[in-house]
Amino acid sequence: MSKITMVQALNRAIDEAMAEDEGVILLGEDVAAKQGGGVFKVSSGLTEKYGEHRIRATPISETAIMGACVGAALAGMRPIAEIMLMNFVTVAMDQIVNHAAKLRFMSGGQTNVPLVIRTTTGVGVGFGGQHSDMLEAWFAHVPGLKIVTPSNAADAQGLMRAAIACNDPVIFIENILCYGLQGEDPGANHVVPLGQAAVPVTGTDCTIITYGRTVIDAIAVAGQLRDEGISVEVIDLRTIAPFDEATVLASVRKTGRAVVLHEAVKAFGTGAEISARINEKLFGQLKAPVHRIGGAFSAVPMASVLEQAWIPTKDEIATAVRHAMAWSAAT
Amino acid sequence: MERDKLLDIYRRTMRVARFDEQMRTMIMSGKLATLYYTVRGQELVSAAMMAALDQGDYLVTTYRGQHDQIAKGVPLGPLIAEIAGRATGTCKGKGGSMHITHPASGVMVTTGVVGSGLPIANGLAMASQNRQDGKVTVTCFGDGATNIGAFHEAMNMAQLYALPVIFFCQNNHYGEHTAFADHTKVESIAARAAAYRMRAVTVDGNDAEAMYAVAQEAVARARAGEGPTLIEAMCYRMMGHFFGADFSYMPKEHIEEMKAADPLPRLRQLMLDRQFTESELDAQLAGIEAEVAAAFQFAFDSPFPGADELQKDVFEEVVAEGMYGA
Repeated sequence: MSKITMVQALNRAIDEAMAEDEGVILLGEDVAAKQGGGVFKVSSGLTEKYGEHRIRATPISETAIMGACVGAALAGMRPIAEIMLMNFVTVAMDQIVNHAAKLRFMSGGQTNVPLVIRTTTGVGVGFGGQHSDMLEAWFAHVPGLKIVTPSNAADAQGLMRAAIACNDPVIFIENILCYGLQGEDPGANHVVPLGQAAVPVTGTDCTIITYGRTVIDAIAVAGQLRDEGISVEVIDLRTIAPFDEATVLASVRKTGRAVVLHEAVKAFGTGAEISARINEKLFGQLKAPVHRIGGAFSAVPMASVLEQAWIPTKDEIATAVRHAMAWSAAT
Repeated sequence: MERDKLLDIYRRTMRVARFDEQMRTMIMSGKLATLYYTVRGQELVSAAMMAALDQGDYLVTTYRGQHDQIAKGVPLGPLIAEIAGRATGTCKGKGGSMHITHPASGVMVTTGVVGSGLPIANGLAMASQNRQDGKVTVTCFGDGATNIGAFHEAMNMAQLYALPVIFFCQNNHYGEHTAFADHTKVESIAARAAAYRMRAVTVDGNDAEAMYAVAQEAVARARAGEGPTLIEAMCYRMMGHFFGADFSYMPKEHIEEMKAADPLPRLRQLMLDRQFTESELDAQLAGIEAEVAAAFQFAFDSPFPGADELQKDVFEEVVAEGMYGA
């Protein structure tokens, strides 16, 4: 089976969408050929094919980038905004939260904003406090935004096609540590519908619900625990908001135990919402309390030793599952 | 100026003026309870600008925007119904006066966040540039908006890409309650355009002919691919920040200056000077007054929106149980 990296998969998805629809444009810092096709090369080769009016290298002006994308979307185009790093999205919050998210509603459905906001982030490469945050919970709290993050190349390609086709704004979070990972090549025109979780590992004892890079850790832990006789099911949400509640509830109904895992800070994170939803709907059927795992309550540190202490580890995930199993045995 | 165009500007101005007058009457009589950023004093600047545009051209405006929307052609009935929170409003009552949207008239966004419209206007103009559809985008804002970062980012980007956009600053001398000289050290807004190598013009916005000439030239340049213009139209906000707000902070001399510059008697005089007769103008006004009265009646007779609207227009699909634990 042929392999492809996440960068290649994203590039292919954008390329396909641009070939299909002249309304698809990409705006961002350094994205055009003259600047090297993007800091992470996701737009490599696209300027040569589609020209500088469709691949627009912008000044360092996140508010202007986001506003221009909102305006172009209102006019019926399908812009993609590349915000180099997720922390820089904070500079453009007014355009995202007050405009992109709300214009459909506030106009009574007369306008809509088919916009993809691509951004990247990730803990583990020593980028420190302003270049590493996962801020998905901020956006999940805003009605009108969809949030997507892939854990592998094939999903990156398929989710990107679905995000571009979506008639509402989608925040598309890429993880720096996943960019170079090889994965199964899904071939041309692969689409993964928004709102549908994947179940990369099936099991019967405990469900780990996660998304993005930590899916890789969860799959590894499931393999490790299988050797201890614990059958773990892993759910890769893929779409964080609105998440696939049906798949989550069906799995936890089956296993009776749930661990919610994300790279973002645990406190007030999306894990709290998912945990609450499980508790509200499955209270009497749970064999253990829903457990949350996430980043520490501090800025992401630079020193490698601190960064590793900050981020959820495989040991922490395995321990949480074992505790859930023990809780069941004790009651 | 052509006679028909002057009459067109007069009609747009007086539709705004009669609407504004009725809004204030309705609020004072208790028939309408709403926050209203009155447009008294800025009727003509908008009318002359919008008279230079086509219906398909885009407009992005701000919370003090009813003059812009009416002058651009938003029908009065749905506009007033929206302000009154009715289901028949332009936005089904979900937006209100600060978020009037009416794509059929080219009104794409009305924002309640100062300065936010400028970057969005660039995007609409970018779509026109890519499609070569010949449309021009106008974005309206006040002098107070020129101190927020979005203004500067948007000006730079518009000039960089030579976008068909017009930054239409209605300089009414006040940002909220702060006088121009207390929030900005440059002597004019137009002076700021030099930093972006953008063409800029300062004009007496209450001079119908001068205002229209400036608007027409900026529109022609944008349509011809010659890039953006910053228009600084000098005008006055005659009734404070919002209707009912205290404006005793305005110096007496400013209030006198403002009254002397009132665009409505001035425009009437210009019409008479250009050989329109009193009876001709009165006939126009009678028609406009009847239209405004009917529009308010339409709004008050309209039903309120149903609670099911909360689940609609959040996304393309209805927000259902399970999507957000609804």
